[in-house]
Amino acid sequence: MTAYLITNVSVLGATPTDLLIREGVVAETGVGLTAPGAVTVDGTGLVALPGLVDLHTHLREPGREDAETVETGSRAAALGGYTAVCAMANTSPVADTAGVVEQVWRLGREAGLVDVQPIGAVTVGLAGERLAELGAMADSAARVRIFSDDGHCVADPRLMRRALEYVKAFDGIVAQHAEEPRLTEGAQMHEGEISTRLGLTGWPAVAEEAIIARDVLLAEHVGSRLHICHVSTAGSVDVLRQAKARGVQVTAEVTPHHLLLTDEKAVTYDPVYKVNPPLRTAADVAALRTALAEGVVDIVATDHAPHAVEDKECEWAYARPGMLGLETALSITLDVLGPRWDLIAERMSRTPARIAGLTEHGHDPAPGAPANLTLVDPAARRVIEPTELASRSRNTPYARMTLPGRIVATFLRGEATVLDGKAVK
Amino acid sequence: MAYPPAAHSPTTRQPSVKVILTSADVQRVVDRIAHQILEKTQGARQTVLLGIPTRGVPLARRLAARISAFEGVDVPVGVLDITLYRDDLRQHGTRAVGPTDVPAGGIDGRRVVLVDDVLFSGRTVRAALDALNDVGRPASVQLAVLVDRGHRELPIRADYVGKNIPTALAESVRVTLAEPDGVDEVRLYGGDR
Amino acid sequence: MIRHLLSCADLDAGTALEILDTAAEMATVAGREVKKLPALRGRTVVNLFYEDSTRTRISFEAAAKRLSADVINFSVKGSSVAKGESLKDTALTLQAMGADAVVVRHPASGAPYQLADWVDGSVVNAGDGTHEHPTQALLDAYTMRSRLGRLAGLSVAVVGDVLHSRVARSNVLLLSTLGAKVTLVGPPPLIPVDIAAALAPGAAVCYDLDSVLPQSDVVMMLRVQRERMNDSYFPSAREYARRYGLDGSRMRRLPEHAIVMHPGPMNRGMEITSEVADSPRSTIVEQVANGVSVRMAVLYLLLGGNNR
Repeated sequence: MTAYLITNVSVLGATPTDLLIREGVVAETGVGLTAPGAVTVDGTGLVALPGLVDLHTHLREPGREDAETVETGSRAAALGGYTAVCAMANTSPVADTAGVVEQVWRLGREAGLVDVQPIGAVTVGLAGERLAELGAMADSAARVRIFSDDGHCVADPRLMRRALEYVKAFDGIVAQHAEEPRLTEGAQMHEGEISTRLGLTGWPAVAEEAIIARDVLLAEHVGSRLHICHVSTAGSVDVLRQAKARGVQVTAEVTPHHLLLTDEKAVTYDPVYKVNPPLRTAADVAALRTALAEGVVDIVATDHAPHAVEDKECEWAYARPGMLGLETALSITLDVLGPRWDLIAERMSRTPARIAGLTEHGHDPAPGAPANLTLVDPAARRVIEPTELASRSRNTPYARMTLPGRIVATFLRGEATVLDGKAVK
Repeated sequence: MAYPPAAHSPTTRQPSVKVILTSADVQRVVDRIAHQILEKTQGARQTVLLGIPTRGVPLARRLAARISAFEGVDVPVGVLDITLYRDDLRQHGTRAVGPTDVPAGGIDGRRVVLVDDVLFSGRTVRAALDALNDVGRPASVQLAVLVDRGHRELPIRADYVGKNIPTALAESVRVTLAEPDGVDEVRLYGGDR
Repeated sequence: MIRHLLSCADLDAGTALEILDTAAEMATVAGREVKKLPALRGRTVVNLFYEDSTRTRISFEAAAKRLSADVINFSVKGSSVAKGESLKDTALTLQAMGADAVVVRHPASGAPYQLADWVDGSVVNAGDGTHEHPTQALLDAYTMRSRLGRLAGLSVAVVGDVLHSRVARSNVLLLSTLGAKVTLVGPPPLIPVDIAAALAPGAAVCYDLDSVLPQSDVVMMLRVQRERMNDSYFPSAREYARRYGLDGSRMRRLPEHAIVMHPGPMNRGMEITSEVADSPRSTIVEQVANGVSVRMAVLYLLLGGNNR
């Protein structure tokens, strides 16, 4: 196994030091380390972070391998500084059985670029009618702990209550896609001035907030953990703030795009900006940024959603919702939070690892810690070119934007997955 | 309106300007054409004057006024916009369409005298004949112009000419009239004189 | 002149008036024996219709033919579910055929914007989803101006299903640009709360038709689909007609000179009674005739020169 000596690197913004990585762990830190036979990586000017953990990734395999595969998605993740991603269940077939989650888990192992942790569906076929075999998925080789019907809301309150209760048996957590379906029938974008002008059916903020309010009450009532996917409105932040103040065990994520982009982007009708939940207003963006900094929103999760060209180069109403995120998430978080490296590590690595139960991840580079880490060049600025992304799809909303920060290297259990900004395999 | 549109040819030298007709000349010429029309149309009977925008229109009105002054005959005057019949629409940005105003009695069976300021390539008159064809069926069509500067590209000639001005292609003729421009004058621009 | 006509938001007052003035000249052609002008000879206009709308299609077809353009009608059947060839592939086909203009009617809001990105020719929005229908607004404005002599300062009530109406959106934008005062009237679920902020800050909203009528120079009734009551926008067709339908007694509350408009097709007995639709105040038949003149003007101004 190759050893790596990273020299003169700043761990989470601290005074530069050397890091020796050997046998899958951080073996030693200190100034002026020597290690015969180790590959030296010049860390001058770079910041070392614990490997990022994405709680919300769509890898599309099985079913839509034309849009993304576990391997291409894993490569995109590694290039984005990730060492673990949680793969959403809305594949085809749906990841609602032990068989499918084990297949995804095994494909992730074979790719070997990040740890791919499958998420199991809450209900059979994401249909929202009856529970999938959650225990079987938990007991499988994939050891599923997060369950989500993401893409669909578990709208039936009784079913949601049962799911919250049931997963307590194996310390599971339900990740809710909060969207009251009756309030979003045919919805195309945020309901507001822009949707009125564009004649696109509105997706009202209340459809998200009502479900979050209901579900924090349910979680409080049954004493379960609850995670809220892709929070997008200021009202949702208020509901979460109150729930957390009462001690409800709720965590929440925000996507990079909801921290940066607004519904104004829809005015060209370019479906690259179509996403669910939709891009909201500038006031929502401001509230989400504050909530992320304060910890009312716990983590950044990408909701990386690759789509084939034909599903995006079409009429807005017929386009599929979603945008790429893995390769740009750190840049946008850095842009939003600034170089507050400990906070970034908290929101993008430690907390998501804790929510997902990924004990090998989310550890700061220190002697004895698993060598899951990434090196960032905070001074670099790059122009996003869709064709240069490792994802099999091109639907990035940041095309031709200049973003700060660049991932230089990523290590998974001591093995380099990215070196010199390029994927190793 | 001159056609192609009167434009200064690009030149490094200061373009020369020469007045061809003064205000008094223009009035004399209009009087003469009015007399000629009366002669050639047996006292302007069954005659309609149609001005081609822009400067053909005030010219047609002046001719009608002079005819009325000389013989007490009221000749109907109208406007024939030829924009949509031009053969060079695609060589320019979209041109604004002007009003076409055919006198109440129409033109069927009448003698139509088309009136324009400058006769040059003949293409404006060609377009006017096409436009006329869509408006009705006159008994005959004649053409009156203030200036004929030559260089015809089509087999067209004027029945009434105020003044023949031999020109070079590089030169341009500008007609101004009191109604739209404030002063009656015909000038010759350009060339190397 | 603009290159495409996608939204009334793209028209400043000068351009809008140029279209109306040009339409007035085009209208004289309709009264002539030879209803034809050579201005667009050799140009190809494609009518690309993803929705059945015979009246709009034949209006554009007549307009293009009166200007001597070649017209190709391209009707695409089928719903969004079974959509067959993609819009992009269709656009590439039209491009290869050398279409100088594409007149597009589409059930998806914004589809003409994408088409405009994919073809070199001019794109005319002939109605896209619940977004806009600019030539309808232009012909409505033309009709108002020819009946009432002006647009600036007119009070126009737009009544009905504003939420789902592309006609309403285009009219609010255009009439506001031209200085008219627009009041949107209908049951609250069918009037977006932020419509004034979204479209025209000067527009007003009122839920009481009777209070608006005495101050209105123009009442524009929108088509209201009966099916909306199944989605609880209003309880029943009868209640809708009682509160927001224009009948004879309401019409008599209008000022003497006021006119009644409807973009068609009408639901007689729902938003308008036959007594009103067939009255001398009604401009419904004129609107159809004016549609051809306005569309001639639009096609001429987009295609008449080398506006590339």
